[in-house]
Amino acid sequence: MTTTTETTDPWSSAAPPEDRSMASDPWGNAPSGQEQASGSSWLTSSAEQAPITNSWTDPFLVEWFDLRSLVNTGVKHLVENFRGFFDIAKQPVDWMLEIFTLALTSVHPFVVIALFALVCWQVSGWRLALGGIVSLVFLGAMSVWDESMITLALVLTSVFFCLLIGIPTGILMSRSEGVARALRPILDAMQTTPAFVYLVPIVMLFGIGRVPGVIVTIIFAMPPLIRLTHLGIKQVPADLIEASRAFGASRRQILYRVQLPLAVPTIMAGVNQTLMLSLSMVVIASMIAVPGLGLMVLRGIGRLDVGLATVGGLGIVILAILLDRMTQSLGRDARERGTRHWYESGPIGWIYRQFKTQSKT
Amino acid sequence: MSTKLEVKNLYKVFGDEPKKAIEMAKQGIDKDQIFAETGMTLGVKDVSLQIHTGEIFVIMGLSGSGKSTLVRLLNRLIEPSAGQVLLDGENIAAMSDEALRQVRLKKISMVFQSFALMPHLSVLENTAFGLELAGVPVSERHEKAMQALQQVGLESHLHAYPDELSGGMQQRVGLARALAIDPEVLLMDEAFSALDPLIRTGMQDELVQLQAKYQRTIVFISHDLDEAMRIGDRIAIMQGGEVVQVGTPDDILHNPANDYVRSFFQGVNVSQVFTAKDICRRKQSTIIRKTLEGGVAAAIAQLQDADRDFGYVVDKEGRFEGVVSLASLWSAEKSGKSLMNACLLDLPIVKADSSLSEIISVIAQAPCAVPVVDDNQKYLGLITRAQLLQALDREEDTTP
Ligand SMILES: Nc1ncnc2c1ncn2[C@@H]1O[C@H](COP(=O)(O)OP(=O)(O)O)[C@@H](O)[C@H]1O
Ligand SMILES: [Mg+2]
Repeated sequence: MTTTTETTDPWSSAAPPEDRSMASDPWGNAPSGQEQASGSSWLTSSAEQAPITNSWTDPFLVEWFDLRSLVNTGVKHLVENFRGFFDIAKQPVDWMLEIFTLALTSVHPFVVIALFALVCWQVSGWRLALGGIVSLVFLGAMSVWDESMITLALVLTSVFFCLLIGIPTGILMSRSEGVARALRPILDAMQTTPAFVYLVPIVMLFGIGRVPGVIVTIIFAMPPLIRLTHLGIKQVPADLIEASRAFGASRRQILYRVQLPLAVPTIMAGVNQTLMLSLSMVVIASMIAVPGLGLMVLRGIGRLDVGLATVGGLGIVILAILLDRMTQSLGRDARERGTRHWYESGPIGWIYRQFKTQSKT
Repeated sequence: MSTKLEVKNLYKVFGDEPKKAIEMAKQGIDKDQIFAETGMTLGVKDVSLQIHTGEIFVIMGLSGSGKSTLVRLLNRLIEPSAGQVLLDGENIAAMSDEALRQVRLKKISMVFQSFALMPHLSVLENTAFGLELAGVPVSERHEKAMQALQQVGLESHLHAYPDELSGGMQQRVGLARALAIDPEVLLMDEAFSALDPLIRTGMQDELVQLQAKYQRTIVFISHDLDEAMRIGDRIAIMQGGEVVQVGTPDDILHNPANDYVRSFFQGVNVSQVFTAKDICRRKQSTIIRKTLEGGVAAAIAQLQDADRDFGYVVDKEGRFEGVVSLASLWSAEKSGKSLMNACLLDLPIVKADSSLSEIISVIAQAPCAVPVVDDNQKYLGLITRAQLLQALDREEDTTP
């Protein structure tokens, strides 16, 4: 699907304000001409018959205040005046997405699979590595490799920004009760808002396409990471903090040497959650013209092509399981896996041992 | 004896208006009433103490009497509401944050009831924690941590993690961590209370031995009379945030300041609770070192100077060797025999852990004061008949 142009909303260079039905149409160029002519598209339908008024028997027939046009003009104003800001906000996301996409789609699939297997082996063990190889080959065998890699790039980009913003925010919350109190209702709102509704403000401000799709994913997937970082730090036993203080630790030392290391498993659970939410949001975001596996599902449903939808859905599930396993094992303590340090296991451990035996002889 | 740590009119109020609560306390309103009227808790009330260099100062009291609060005021883990804490004359209560940090890094360290070891660090790293915070380079801090671990006998568990150790071993690490910075003052908040009784007495003995070697100033919190008696040079008794009595264990046993203090010994069967170690006394004048130059002659001189009839011979490790009398020394000198040959035979020795009831007859029949030794034959002190009677006498005083 190409990116939208034409008469869509404030993002187009020249938006004819009189064309209300088009302006509110997130699909922009999608509706066919005949639909427009008939004016009966379910997406664009609006009551434009003879004046209807409220009465005592039917008090809610017409809106009491016109939120819809209020928001439309408000957003129009916002976007027209702060276009620069929103463009700048999009930039870093755009770059990261470009990098990830390029990395995953331009190299040979076998190289990607091999790298994946190595990472799986490192974070968990040979079992997961084997599972990773089988899953990825299966994706390729269904001929959804490109779509999978695009979806993966979207997810990785969103997780990258979630980590970049979410962990410091969580730390900030744990350090300042004021920040925590201010952010909590926002996080609550973010988490209770259904995924689909998220699209509204993002489309309003950023338009549609891959980058807005990633932005909406970031916003949707971040709250659990913030919460769990906050929780992980708060959970560190008070006597350990007291002991650190008694030995002269500064606030920064307490954070880096005690709180964060002890919060790692909880933060990793947050990363896992964020990853899973990202994946589910990337699928929903296909409704605002984000390509990848999600789009296959959406298209399959739209055309009643259940086979296509299944292939896309299966791809998503496979990716989800793989990423879930990988992050779950990250959260586990290395000692539970029988080694004391992460560099003593997996492929790095192998290299490490070679190095050690060499230096001994 | 110089004063290491001095506390002057120290108050701690948990609540919003400490000034008001302190004012009320000064007017003689008690802790419970202040709480009922204002909702504020008077944790520590007008405490003044002098803690001497090199002593083990025990703070004893029932749970909730403010012991933990007081000890945390000493290194300002809790901010004082009023008053001074002077370490070598420097007021900790009024220090800048940075100065306070330096004091904690270098001068005062602490051992916790809950051990409070870092679960993500190995024994060695835990022990080196204070040094790491102070920015000591890795090799140096590991070396110092090793020394500290040797002092507590844990040098073979360097790379274990706290959850792999027993409670007693964990607290040894806690102690080693505190010792590693070579502190001038060691604060111990019920450090042994979470341990099994057997391990606990073992740790107490080790602490006393360490103390004999290094002479740190130790503030030891305890709610246990037995423990306080065993290790304390002086004891402060706390009640409702106040210090009601300070003194040597003897003072407190003989002249309890009030019923609260007396209640600690109430119903306590002294002859069962106290062991030989608790009542024995070390008198330097009667200890004869085996390494002493001149042997027999020097021993005679020492006993005559001190006006004693009997002397107790120990080797250079402090192990008990035997008892000599002036008479036996004279005859040894005449016949040119060694100090060891002057030792009297068949004199009783008592073990440190024997209860008073077990040793009554031994001490009553002995011709001289009876030496007390521990399991390693180490000489701990003497018990005279007078001392024993005094200790048993207390029982009559305190049991109603
Ligand atoms: N952080 C706190 N906030 C309010 N009250 C406290 C706090 N810490 C201790 N207290 C109160 O101070 C008193 C002394 O407590 P504490 O020093 O812990 O006693 P101890 O160690 O002798 O058992 C108790 O009444 C306790 O409830
Ligand atoms: Mg306490």
